[in-house]
Amino acid sequence: MIRLQNVRKGFNLGKSNEFVAVSDVTLSMEEHRVTVLKGPSGSGKTTLLSLIGCMARPTSGRITLENGLVRNGARASVGGAASDVEVTSLPERFLTEIRRQTFGFIFQQFHLVKGISVLENVMLPAYPKGEKHGIVRERAMTLLAMFGLADRASANVEWLSGGESQRVAIARALMNDPPVLIADEPTAHLDSKLSVEFMEIISRLKEQGKTAIIASHDPLVFEAEDVDRVIGVRDGRIEGEAA
Amino acid sequence: MPHWIEKYRNILDFTLSSLMRRKGKNFSLFVVYTLVVFLLGSALFLTQAMKREASLILKNAPEMVVQRLLAGRYEPIPAVYAEKIREIRGVISAGPRLWGYYYDPAAGANYTLLVPREEAPSGDKIVIGGGISRSRMIYGGDIVSFRGSDGINRNFTVAGELSHESELVSADLILMSEAGFRDLFGFPAGQATDIVVSVRNPKELLTIAKKVAEILPDTRPILRDEMARTYDSVFDWRGGIVIVLVLMTLLAFVILAWEKASGLSADEKREIGILKAVGWETADVIAVKACEGIVVSFLSFSTGLLAAYAHVFFFSAMLFAPALKGWSVLYPDFRITPFIDPYQVAVLFFLTVVPYTAATVVPPGGPPS
Repeated sequence: MIRLQNVRKGFNLGKSNEFVAVSDVTLSMEEHRVTVLKGPSGSGKTTLLSLIGCMARPTSGRITLENGLVRNGARASVGGAASDVEVTSLPERFLTEIRRQTFGFIFQQFHLVKGISVLENVMLPAYPKGEKHGIVRERAMTLLAMFGLADRASANVEWLSGGESQRVAIARALMNDPPVLIADEPTAHLDSKLSVEFMEIISRLKEQGKTAIIASHDPLVFEAEDVDRVIGVRDGRIEGEAA
Repeated sequence: MPHWIEKYRNILDFTLSSLMRRKGKNFSLFVVYTLVVFLLGSALFLTQAMKREASLILKNAPEMVVQRLLAGRYEPIPAVYAEKIREIRGVISAGPRLWGYYYDPAAGANYTLLVPREEAPSGDKIVIGGGISRSRMIYGGDIVSFRGSDGINRNFTVAGELSHESELVSADLILMSEAGFRDLFGFPAGQATDIVVSVRNPKELLTIAKKVAEILPDTRPILRDEMARTYDSVFDWRGGIVIVLVLMTLLAFVILAWEKASGLSADEKREIGILKAVGWETADVIAVKACEGIVVSFLSFSTGLLAAYAHVFFFSAMLFAPALKGWSVLYPDFRITPFIDPYQVAVLFFLTVVPYTAATVVPPGGPPS
């Protein structure tokens, strides 16, 4: 479970352009479920995702990862045997280790590195781990094959279609076999068919035991069959939940 | 294999592909960087090699030469002074030497005329240096005419050419007989240009020089080491001039390198953001930038150094030779023996590779966040 307690995130605090993106959010998200944060643009969904995914620190409040979400390697770095890991106050390098092991990110614009191949893009998250190049390569190829992209492994990402780019982004997010997938408006640049395809992939990953947290205001996402929970977000606050 | 080795292999792999993605900028930097190393390396190699050549040749030079001074200016020395010097304890031999300069208007050059102590040519025969042979196009058997101090021309027959190996110091040299020398210059009998002294123990040179100055107060003893230092200074000075000229190129390189190393383009910033988002630490990103700097530096340094080596030792430093061999009509034509001073290479390395790599790792705004 991922727990947020009174989490607040503000920018330019104390200045004339002070802005609070997330305000007093208390939330728990269970494992092996698909949770969608639904809300209009500017509601704070992306900020909330970045806090959950340890990409940013909250201004106040706590974020705790429970029940084995933190892998042994990252847990050893943090130095605790306890089942809960409170990530809010961890130093940068421990946070990075947790982020690498626990979360896989799928960005709105995919953010693939141009100029290198599909295979190299998928392998990127594993480089700092120091695994053997051959093993990393094999794992990346397996992931690409899973998404029907094995024959595009050597292609540069600039040559990919929207759907192919999306699948490469998902493969990259799964490279370190993280238990949690975080996707920020993943269908924003996709047509309906590809959006449905995306949710089918999420459904398959859920069956494999993954947890998915998706921020979206696309009905094709939050009304999908396999979505377990829809949390409304508006003006940085939790608005309510839909079944 | 320790995991950090694999990690940095992966980072190096990514670095190389990163460099290839920005071919234009990296290639232009490589070219300028290589050029700077090439120019500096060539100047350093040539200076060092010529200093070494000179020192090897000067090994056979007399340990001490005694000249006579009048009002601080050079004057011919009486040959009898050699007898007084021979009496000093520690002196093995002391003998008069005849040599002088001759200006040849035909070639617009100064020649050094010398009467060797052994195997001097006889009569009107002369042995000439390679530079004279080339500039006047005179060879063995030819007759050359020199105008004497009385205005009358004397004819000399070229008996041979001096060896190529000594051309650094003998390009403008003419060996002739004593009679021919004295006749040409009107040099009085019983006088010599200077006196050449050999000693038993080189460590006593200074002491003997002091004694010479005491017993012959109108003379000045010159030691071989002083001559060697003079050559060193001349080559260093000339080498320094070349390096000053290269400084302009170095300045251009510094500006280009700083702009490249310290600034991150929008693409690079985006890339760093993606890497951090997928789990790279700041230290990993810095490692990529450092790797980029190291790869570019090493490639450029190695290429520039190899090119400098080839330029100096295979192509006789044709770009710098006139500046370093001397601005004379008679340029010595000789093949430089390859010689590299590791200290100079290390200095060049620390003046080029280290600053550029440092600039890559720590841009003005601090490490990439």
